[in-house]
Amino acid sequence: MTRHIIRRLIQAIPTIFGVTLLSFVLIMSAPGGPAQIYAREDPENMTPEKRERLLERLGLNDPWPIQYLIWLTGNDWMHTLGWKDLDLNDDGEIDEDFLRRGILRFDFGESLQYKRDVGEIIGGRIPATLELGFASLLVSLFLGVPIGILAAIWRGGWFDNITRVGAVIGSAIPVFWFGLMLFLFFGIVLNQPWARGNQCDKNKYSRSGCPPVHMRLEYLILPTIVLSYGGIAGYSRYMRTSLLDTINSDYVRTARAKGLPNRDVWFKHAARNALIPLATFLGPAVVGVLSGAAITESIFSWPGLGQIFVASVSARDYPIVMASVLIGAVLTVIAFIISDILYAVFDPRIRF
Amino acid sequence: MAANVRGNVAQIQAEEAGQIKVRTHMQRALMRLRRDRLTLVALAVLGTITLLAILAEPITLYMLNTTYATEDLTNNFTLPGNEHLLGTDEKGRDVFSRLLYGTQVSLRIAFFAAILSLGIGVTLGMITGYYGGIVDDFLTWFITTLNSIPSLFLLLIIASILKPDSTTLIFVLGFLGWTGTMRLVRGESLSLKEREFIIAARAMGASSLRIMFQHILPNLISLVVVTLAIDVGGLILTEAALSFLNFGIAPPEPSLGNMLTRSSDYYRTAPHLVVIPGLVITIIVLCLFVIGDGVRDALDPTINP
Repeated sequence: MTRHIIRRLIQAIPTIFGVTLLSFVLIMSAPGGPAQIYAREDPENMTPEKRERLLERLGLNDPWPIQYLIWLTGNDWMHTLGWKDLDLNDDGEIDEDFLRRGILRFDFGESLQYKRDVGEIIGGRIPATLELGFASLLVSLFLGVPIGILAAIWRGGWFDNITRVGAVIGSAIPVFWFGLMLFLFFGIVLNQPWARGNQCDKNKYSRSGCPPVHMRLEYLILPTIVLSYGGIAGYSRYMRTSLLDTINSDYVRTARAKGLPNRDVWFKHAARNALIPLATFLGPAVVGVLSGAAITESIFSWPGLGQIFVASVSARDYPIVMASVLIGAVLTVIAFIISDILYAVFDPRIRF
Repeated sequence: MAANVRGNVAQIQAEEAGQIKVRTHMQRALMRLRRDRLTLVALAVLGTITLLAILAEPITLYMLNTTYATEDLTNNFTLPGNEHLLGTDEKGRDVFSRLLYGTQVSLRIAFFAAILSLGIGVTLGMITGYYGGIVDDFLTWFITTLNSIPSLFLLLIIASILKPDSTTLIFVLGFLGWTGTMRLVRGESLSLKEREFIIAARAMGASSLRIMFQHILPNLISLVVVTLAIDVGGLILTEAALSFLNFGIAPPEPSLGNMLTRSSDYYRTAPHLVVIPGLVITIIVLCLFVIGDGVRDALDPTINP
């Protein structure tokens, strides 16, 4: 088991490496890089010398592979090795402005819009996304699984048909439109303050002064409904199929032959085994929540990772964009590993 | 086993004697499809919508005497009624004609992007599934990487870099959407290439290319048709979300997504601007998913007619 976990962790390294490479290449191919954004902000003062110093400070004069290396690992070790001179005023110390520690040491650089450390900004955003993500994962599991079980038990009945229609609509309805409709109906027509999103982002990038989550659960209602609808639809359909598969297996027939009551056969024998494949859903579910969060958070002005990502892409704030992509990818990879391990834990037929 | 063989022999004899009508796989599939009412309704609805969307230009020009960009600021926010079938928007443009054009744009993008991603997915899936080896390893790594980035994040970045019009959007969506298809096709080809009929073909000296295109590809057709329907549906949703967030089709060209972008600002005066485009998206995607499911059942050879 331990060996399997270690192997999965090692397998994750090339993936994360690929993500860093991909996001770096994408950002570098964007027209009008960081230098232009600085220039736009302050056009009169942009003398050639200043521009040169800025390019040097942002490391934009280096060839791409070097820039990538610096972005990954920082440039202080290059200074130590004598490859790069970071001591421009010759006081024997590295200039703070020029120092990079690299994303491997959690230095994501400075945000171009907010002029603050990206790690700090993103760190302040993650709790909000986690709140929303956990809430919607829990809701989709705790509603989707029982609905699927009941639909399987009463297959062909009215409950099965209604939930089937609901599930198809759930996968066909655009998430953003569904969110928009709920937001407009509860927030504008019924004028409910909790429907207009989380009001904790008073100073935009800090969550200080926000009451703990259990004091403002009502704010979670609408975004959670929006984010979990697709999940409920998916889980219930999957659970139904999976349960109908197991109900025809030999051990269930044995249980029936022993004369066990119907309830025990369905819930104790069949449902437990039918639950196993759900473990593999965790990885894709996290990807879905993060993608959905980008839209849902924007609609309900929820101060999370998705909202700042959308805003930063529009504003071409590349350090924030890269950091959010990386964190999203790391969360996804971790979720995939956990779901792999869960699958192995729940299903004793899997050996390593 | 023996009984089965005897049954098959009896059936073949009966067919040769002309006692049983011989039907091909496709004919049987069509027969099953004809009995599936829900799928037929979905096909009819989608067909009507597609036809209206294709005819957007003549309908707007000759029947409504307007264009999708004709503004009439004295007549904005008209509710659906006699003069304008579905009302007007904030600039007094006719919502019905914008909807026709928007549906056309969205359908075109989703359809061609789905074709593109299917083409890439099926080709790569067949090659990797059939040959395996280093290409397979590299592509598996690439796909794992691509799939660990939340897809909307990647799309938003690329869309913000390229500032796509409807043609580039087709390529962007097509080049990012093939991973799921490829994995499906790869799995299918992996299992197909071990079957007896492929081994028989190889024993008779068929080349790899011939095996792939003559023997494996026909067995993937049902998978491809179903994936196409589901993919087009998914891509309509993606395109709508992108355009809604201002990263897709830019105004004044209408798309189902960008018609919704500013609509929430006018919700009190003109709720139809929010309701109608979203409803159209839902109906189209619903039809496509139902059709995908229906075709899958119809093409499933294990279900008897």
